[in-house]
Amino acid sequence: MHVPDGFFDVPVSAGAGVVAAAGVAVCLRRARRELDDRTAPMAGLVAAFIFAVQMLNFPVAAGTSGHLLGGALAAILVGPATAVLCVAVVLLVQGFFFADGGLTALGVNITLMAIVTSVVGWAVFRLVSRSAPRSRTAVIVGSFLAALVSVPTSALVFTALFWLGGTAPIELSSVAAAMGGVHVLIGLGEALITALTVSSVLAVRPDLVYGARGLAAPLVLRTADGEVAVEEPATLPAPKRGLRPVLLGGGLVALLLAGVVSFYASSAPDGLNKVAADKGFNAYERPHDLENGPLAGYGVSGVEDERLSGGLAGIAGVGITVLVGGAIFFTVRRRRQDKAVA
Amino acid sequence: MSAGHHHALYLPGDTPVHRLPPQCKLIAAVGFAVAVVATPREAWGAFGVDVLLLAAVAAVARIPPALVLRRMVVEVPFVLFAVAIPFIGLGERTEVLGVSLSLPGLWAAWNILAKATLGVVASILLAATTEPRMMLLGAERLRLPALLVQIAMFMLRYMSVILDQARRMRIARESRGFVARDIRQAPVLARSAGALFIRSYERGERVHLAMLSRGYTGQMPVIHDLPASWRQWSAAAVLPALALTTAVVARSLA
Repeated sequence: MHVPDGFFDVPVSAGAGVVAAAGVAVCLRRARRELDDRTAPMAGLVAAFIFAVQMLNFPVAAGTSGHLLGGALAAILVGPATAVLCVAVVLLVQGFFFADGGLTALGVNITLMAIVTSVVGWAVFRLVSRSAPRSRTAVIVGSFLAALVSVPTSALVFTALFWLGGTAPIELSSVAAAMGGVHVLIGLGEALITALTVSSVLAVRPDLVYGARGLAAPLVLRTADGEVAVEEPATLPAPKRGLRPVLLGGGLVALLLAGVVSFYASSAPDGLNKVAADKGFNAYERPHDLENGPLAGYGVSGVEDERLSGGLAGIAGVGITVLVGGAIFFTVRRRRQDKAVA
Repeated sequence: MSAGHHHALYLPGDTPVHRLPPQCKLIAAVGFAVAVVATPREAWGAFGVDVLLLAAVAAVARIPPALVLRRMVVEVPFVLFAVAIPFIGLGERTEVLGVSLSLPGLWAAWNILAKATLGVVASILLAATTEPRMMLLGAERLRLPALLVQIAMFMLRYMSVILDQARRMRIARESRGFVARDIRQAPVLARSAGALFIRSYERGERVHLAMLSRGYTGQMPVIHDLPASWRQWSAAAVLPALALTTAVVARSLA
């Protein structure tokens, strides 16, 4: 899945480079919290492990085989920030030493395979393991779902980038369907291997699994006088920040994409419109009922500047989506709480 | 892939290209790749000039062309993708040998093939003329975050160890009759991966302790500095400068 040179145009490559550099910079600071002064040697060894695991081919179906991307696995085993660093270093080494992945596409590769897989994987893992009671099963199910979601998400982000600045004229929907479909299959394989790997590490050294901190039972001393539970000195206080950073970060990215990046989105007709124009069946196109609505055509009516207007419409769209989604979420939760009371 | 193959990528030599400081070569390779990507795809001649430039570098560095060609195998997956684009691309179509192909798709396939190939060859030349360790020292000189460089150093240092361990585990599996036929064999592979993780992590702990006992404070001591003179910088700048000129000329002619 390494993207070569010439696949994306210069603005998208440079933009992804900025995103990758910022992400790696944030993770460099956070990784010190996950591994303190052991960061360099531990992360280096984990990076070598990921490199080795990526060579472990597993059979998917009908004679094809896939290999692990490893982002979600690394995030659960060593923590999300260290995972981003490890996978980023693997990609850097592959780009400069093995000519695998283009030098100008390094930003795209790091964004897709290090940042998206690790961050999405970790977010899903936290969501699952927080909503279930703390147990080994929750950790294993969480890692399965994390890996399962992270791979197609990365493929879809690739498709979105391709739509923004790809150099080939391919119908977006068909690319999205093909990439998504194939990567759901790959994701299933990745999920199975990730969950089984996490469970096998949990069985032997549960203390090494970052995602399972706090699972260890308190130490019990059995003496002649009976059993005494030893209070565990709080070794690894899990940062109690909850879901807020995930939600805020996700919202910010959505706003940025809708408001800023949409300026640069191709203004050429998209695949379906193009096909429609070519085949001449757009004569049957009927004006949309809301054509004169305030946000019709992805622009705010009354705002002259085209870019500003498109950006405002995008931001408003995100806002409306969040409001509607939030309303649904709250009603569902209400109902569930009512049921619990009743 | 067998273990320790990163040494096989480096071709020892004592040519002007080998002697250039690594930071100059890193910047030159990245600059060349950027110039190639910025070249308009209609400019056939410009890509020919880029090929000649790379051939000149390979000749000066005494890298045999057969070696470069053999290492270009990494490109194969994307060649397959590029070949598919003319068939699934949109837009105006043309007939070639009775097969309908998309014209913009053909352009896109050519674009990806040409630029990716030039980028891959540039990276191969960089890796073949620069020792991996020196490349990282050069990256440190370029003010890449020290922690990132250190992680990459440890990774490179222990990669062959971990890959060897993985290979021994594979030999042990296979000598007991294991064949990964379908998804039912996944648990065995996963258990190997888990064991490999524990071994890597524990080795990391041992390495860290050994380093602490030798006075490691979180920073690597700089044993030899790698100064680059103005003359070396300008020598390294020749390749990207010529590629950039080619791109600019091609753009203005287009």
